[in-house]
Amino acid sequence: MSDSKLKEATRQYAIRLGDDALVLGHRLSEWCSNGPFLEEDLALTNVALDFIGRARMFYSYAAELAADGSTEDTYAYTRDCREFSNLLIHELPRGDFAFSMARQYLVDVYNLAYMEALRTSADGTLAAIADKAVKESRYHLRRSHDWMLRLGDGTDESRQRLQRAVDELWGYTPELFASDALEQGLADAGIGVDAATLRAAWEQAVSATLAEATLQQPAGDWEVSGGRRGLHTESLGHMLSELQFMQRAYPGLQW
Amino acid sequence: MSDHMKLFEVFIRSRRGLDHKHVGSLHAEDAQQALEYARDVYTRRSEGVSIWVVNSSDIVASQEGDCESFYDPLDDKPYRHATHYQLPEEVNNM
Repeated sequence: MSDSKLKEATRQYAIRLGDDALVLGHRLSEWCSNGPFLEEDLALTNVALDFIGRARMFYSYAAELAADGSTEDTYAYTRDCREFSNLLIHELPRGDFAFSMARQYLVDVYNLAYMEALRTSADGTLAAIADKAVKESRYHLRRSHDWMLRLGDGTDESRQRLQRAVDELWGYTPELFASDALEQGLADAGIGVDAATLRAAWEQAVSATLAEATLQQPAGDWEVSGGRRGLHTESLGHMLSELQFMQRAYPGLQW
Repeated sequence: MSDHMKLFEVFIRSRRGLDHKHVGSLHAEDAQQALEYARDVYTRRSEGVSIWVVNSSDIVASQEGDCESFYDPLDDKPYRHATHYQLPEEVNNM
């Protein structure tokens, strides 16, 4: 890849990672004031803030690479569904507490490995963002792993709810490890992460936790993808209408 | 849910060299979870370098009614008080 092509690819890559973080962060933020009890409410909101902070770093870097006057807000608030490139698992409605925790666990295992790999990126900014993200993800995973065991190996109802959540989420997990020409090119250049290389370790870790939590591993007989290409579930539009409302109603609003 | 959970007291040491100070309490299922929540509830603005959590039921407290017998006899022994010393500037945090 030529330098300018590589730069544009890096920009798009930063947007993808920013979209993942913003969309998941927003879903988590929906628990604010709705948590099962005060302490967990605060903890969930902390995690949400970590992801929103992560989104800001990736978007700011994309804006810097674009050098066209855009800012982090341009990416967060003025793009429509088809321009969002987050992985689908992040946009699914928060569901019940078991669903949110199951999703969190599945993506935390992934994120930790992903950010550990991105730390060695040839791109200094991406590596620095990843370095910060790794510390957060370690903490996120400790929490979500703990909840998997508490709910899975808890009461009949908590176990049932968690099993149902894992079943509903499972078909969205293969997309985590897919890659396209853009990501392949960046991986070859030592800038991006080849997610396929993370799959075996992810499956091993998740299987072990499911077993420990006395849950059944789903059969894996269906899968959905399309997020990286802007093909989303119906819930993303509803989420964006809330997330973007102020900037849509009052463009350029400052406060 | 928090009705069924245990109460823990949280102590935080804000800087190296200082003592752990009681900052409040929280509910959690067990000590490990209490430690996690203490981090979220009480150290959000980087207040701490070390956290202790203690089962509230493990704390034995003096009673209001015992004040007379506990503390009053000390009032007429001023020679035990360290009030007559001038502390050098360099001695902080006493």
